[in-house]
Amino acid sequence: MTKEEYVETINRISGTDVRKCMKCGKCSGRCPAFKDMDIKPHQFVSLLVKGDVDALLESKAIWHCLSCMACVERCPRGVAPAAVVEAVRDTVVRMQGNNGVKAEDIPPVVDELIPQQLLVSAYRKYNK
Amino acid sequence: MKISYYPGCTLKTKAKDLDVTARLCAKALGVEMEEIENWQCCGAVYPMATDEIATKLSAVRALDHAKHNGGKLLTLCSACHNVIKRTNEDMKTNDDIRFRANNYLQLDEPYGGEAEVLHYLEMLKTVVGFDNIKKAVVNPVKRKIGAYYGCLLLRPSGVMAFDNPENPTIIEDFIRAIGGTPVIYPFRNECCGAYVSLKNSDLPKQKSKKVLMSAKEKGAEEIITACPLCLYNLQVNGEGTLPVKYFTELLAEALGVQV
Repeated sequence: MTKEEYVETINRISGTDVRKCMKCGKCSGRCPAFKDMDIKPHQFVSLLVKGDVDALLESKAIWHCLSCMACVERCPRGVAPAAVVEAVRDTVVRMQGNNGVKAEDIPPVVDELIPQQLLVSAYRKYNK
Repeated sequence: MKISYYPGCTLKTKAKDLDVTARLCAKALGVEMEEIENWQCCGAVYPMATDEIATKLSAVRALDHAKHNGGKLLTLCSACHNVIKRTNEDMKTNDDIRFRANNYLQLDEPYGGEAEVLHYLEMLKTVVGFDNIKKAVVNPVKRKIGAYYGCLLLRPSGVMAFDNPENPTIIEDFIRAIGGTPVIYPFRNECCGAYVSLKNSDLPKQKSKKVLMSAKEKGAEEIITACPLCLYNLQVNGEGTLPVKYFTELLAEALGVQV
């Protein structure tokens, strides 16, 4: 894919209009994973507006977003930063060899209290 | 009254306590939860990408079943509720997703968001009524209890329409109905750390401890939740700061239902 095609894909599958952002920063202010993110929620939005695909696709923050929707809830402009993070993550993991959870990293017996919900969610989020 | 019920994967395994107590309590309150046939795992997280169709189909199948069996689909796990309710909204309002999902499913009659998704707490409030629960209580839970909402029941509020996303009250009303004293604390609608625990447990540890410390400082003696993953994070990653239970376990205790 060319850079333009990546920008088009991420915009389209995010289903949100990043051009509406007025840069108030509320999304990042509310984010519970802020400290662990190399690119913050408001930067996902602005990098997509600028079309800086390299920075987006290299981000480690896609593995830290909790999809808690706090940023979406607080945005006064109806932008969904979490959907941009998910669109970038999906774009990354849809490429071969980019899965976030490798089967060999999971121990044969996981913590016996772990609910199925956790394994299913993590695999759905991080792998294709 | 009979109502179609979607249990989900975890309620059949690690979260049996949630499923069993909920069924017995509903029965005691005059509601029969009828498990839908051949339900499939909802996927646990709502796929936000607009081109994700196949990952939403299990939710649509459950919804279509409910459409033909009473019109309501009862959920209990917060994650199932979030996935199924958001998928239902897509089927109702997004022409592209509705068209493509129906193309996959080839149902006798296309599904277009006709069913109503109802969480167990909403059922207690609107179908049974908190006043009637109060009357049915034989063993009031006289403790200071912190309600933990987390994310999945509340957000995004435009779709979930569960309660006020910043200042919810439904679980506090529930706690009053079973004879307890609700404790309001700042982190009750903050994320517990969710599925990130599989890759990195530091973040869920920080988040879960913050939630529990915040509740403890405000005087809570225990925490209740509707989500098996929140329960896990708060118990395991919260390192025993406070006891954490499913809200239905306290309901069973209050109603004197033997499990």
